[in-house]
Amino acid sequence: MTERLRRHPELQAWLILAIPVIFLLIFFMAPLVIVFVYSFLERGKYGGVEWVFTLDNIRRVFDPLYFKTFVRSFYIAIVTTLVTLILGYPLAYFIAKSPPSRRNALVFALMIPFWTNFLIRTYAWLTLLRTHTGLINVTLMNWGIIDKPLPLYGNDFAIILGLVYGWLPVMVLPIYAALERLDESLLEAARDLYASSAKAFRRVTWPLSLPGVVAGSMLVFIPSLGAFVTPAILGGGKSLMIGNIISNQFLGAHDWPFGSALSMVMMIAMLIATLIYFRWTKKSEDVT
Amino acid sequence: MQRKHLIALIAILIIAAMALAACGGQATEAPKPTEAPKAQPTEAPKAEPTEAPKEGGVKPADEIVVYNWSDYVHPDMYKMFTERTGIKISEDNFSSNEDLLAKLQGGATGYSVIVPSDYTVAIMIEEGMLEELNHDNIPNLKNLDPEFTKLYYDPGNKYCVPYLWGTTGIGYNTELLENPPQSWEGVFKAKESDPWYGRMTLLDDVREVFSAALIYLGYDNNTKDEAQLQEAKQLLIDAKKGVAGYDTDNYEDLVGTGENLLAHGWNGDFLQAADEYGNIDYYIPEEGGTIWIDNMCIPKGVTPEEKLAAEMYINFVLDPEVGKMLGEYNYYATPNKESLAIADPDYKSNPLVFPPPEIREKLRFIKPLGEFESVYQRMWDEVKSAQ
Repeated sequence: MTERLRRHPELQAWLILAIPVIFLLIFFMAPLVIVFVYSFLERGKYGGVEWVFTLDNIRRVFDPLYFKTFVRSFYIAIVTTLVTLILGYPLAYFIAKSPPSRRNALVFALMIPFWTNFLIRTYAWLTLLRTHTGLINVTLMNWGIIDKPLPLYGNDFAIILGLVYGWLPVMVLPIYAALERLDESLLEAARDLYASSAKAFRRVTWPLSLPGVVAGSMLVFIPSLGAFVTPAILGGGKSLMIGNIISNQFLGAHDWPFGSALSMVMMIAMLIATLIYFRWTKKSEDVT
Repeated sequence: MQRKHLIALIAILIIAAMALAACGGQATEAPKPTEAPKAQPTEAPKAEPTEAPKEGGVKPADEIVVYNWSDYVHPDMYKMFTERTGIKISEDNFSSNEDLLAKLQGGATGYSVIVPSDYTVAIMIEEGMLEELNHDNIPNLKNLDPEFTKLYYDPGNKYCVPYLWGTTGIGYNTELLENPPQSWEGVFKAKESDPWYGRMTLLDDVREVFSAALIYLGYDNNTKDEAQLQEAKQLLIDAKKGVAGYDTDNYEDLVGTGENLLAHGWNGDFLQAADEYGNIDYYIPEEGGTIWIDNMCIPKGVTPEEKLAAEMYINFVLDPEVGKMLGEYNYYATPNKESLAIADPDYKSNPLVFPPPEIREKLRFIKPLGEFESVYQRMWDEVKSAQ
């Protein structure tokens, strides 16, 4: 047996891969298949499904109300991704350009928030953002800087703030990884050829960091689109994202097939958005 | 190359089929014990076996799991039960009836006692999710107030025994607000000049919020009339500007700290917070509010041993002394007439726990509506996404 293994490296590879493959099949593929199948079935009275084929759930997804929520969720996810990119890129650049001895400490500092549960950190923001008893408004009012509390909570601003805060590190890390590997001699060469530093950045640094930017954007965009805790807590439950609608279908309306249909359409929309994004960044990579 | 693809594909299909089959059956999920009983079950129980098993030879399980709302027991209750019977108890929590239902439908097992509210019991009975109780093992059933043996969802307590009951109304901050609105009109038609405008929350619960709106409009809070629901929906959309948020989790703290001046919520939550902050009062608006009863039931799928142990636990909760502890600690009303007889006068005569008859008659149950709940949910989604 061992002899055969040694002679067939291909078999070795399969054995090593078997565990993650089986894991993914059971815990990733199978649920997807279930969601897909459920999307075409009729609802049970109080949850569950009746094994009767229907296209009604798919049709209901395009109800203007839910469609509007899709658009809104995309808007919030896109703004969140842009803001994290604008904040995260300089931060990643700064860390990558720090002396090597300090870099690890900085990356480590970036990871510290992950030690605390996201839900708890989101609740912590509440103590800052509350309208009448939040630290920010109370301080500004006491100092006489404002005479009416700022609307910091229960709106899109709070939702985007919470998402940006939560996902900033996952934007920074891939960009940092790309920038850290950047060969300094390329920049020197650019300068030798009389490129201004702005031009050197645009023609050398940016294109070479693009894979990190793409990876970071995806890591931020996808969970932001599906977010449902942040809108419920920081948004005061006063607005819905698609994640809230889906969870309400399973819990409030006991309508599993419609919840499945919404999830499926969301996944497909996400896939299309991702493909367009990849295509677009690939093109801009080719141009530069 | 071709063959390899084929093998991979077949493997995927087989595993997917297996996973589907597993989901249909039972996904075992080990509940997390949140409370470790301290007593040693190895020692023989001191109490005489008053709750002796009646069926031939079934012995109670050594340990059962209670699936309950969080903070919904007296801290000493489980320890006392273990001391009396030798049976250990651990607890797992859910945060809404919908959570509980979805989890059990998803195949969660291992729970011997669950604590759903009235309308969820009705659903679970209809869906065949509950075991019938053996009344021989629950002699303390005689302690129930007769009113609680004639429940609309389970007459004769065939499947469940009431645990505690309460009401949904309005709590407010007594330091910051002298004259809270006595009618729901003040909530749903709050004017910018009202101090609570923008400083109140409604429950993040479709049926509770629609019930309040329908009761204010003078309709049945379980209506299936779409025109009435449209009217309620429009009322809620118009009211949204004056609402700071929809919150089921810590609305009472926000009233206590003064962030908000009033909130739509459950009486016991406000009364417990009143103990902590000392500035909260509660009332039912003049048009009325909702009433609910939480119940102990045994889900299908328990072993005969677990069922017996669960029935012993239900019997234990019905003990006059235990019922008194439970009710007084949580500020919710006990359905146990013997507990009430020995209860603290402050608890017994608290009109916020036990509303007087003229208020009782204005309280309505939320009832299950089957597939029509989708209509409520869609209108609720409209309210929530209105700008």
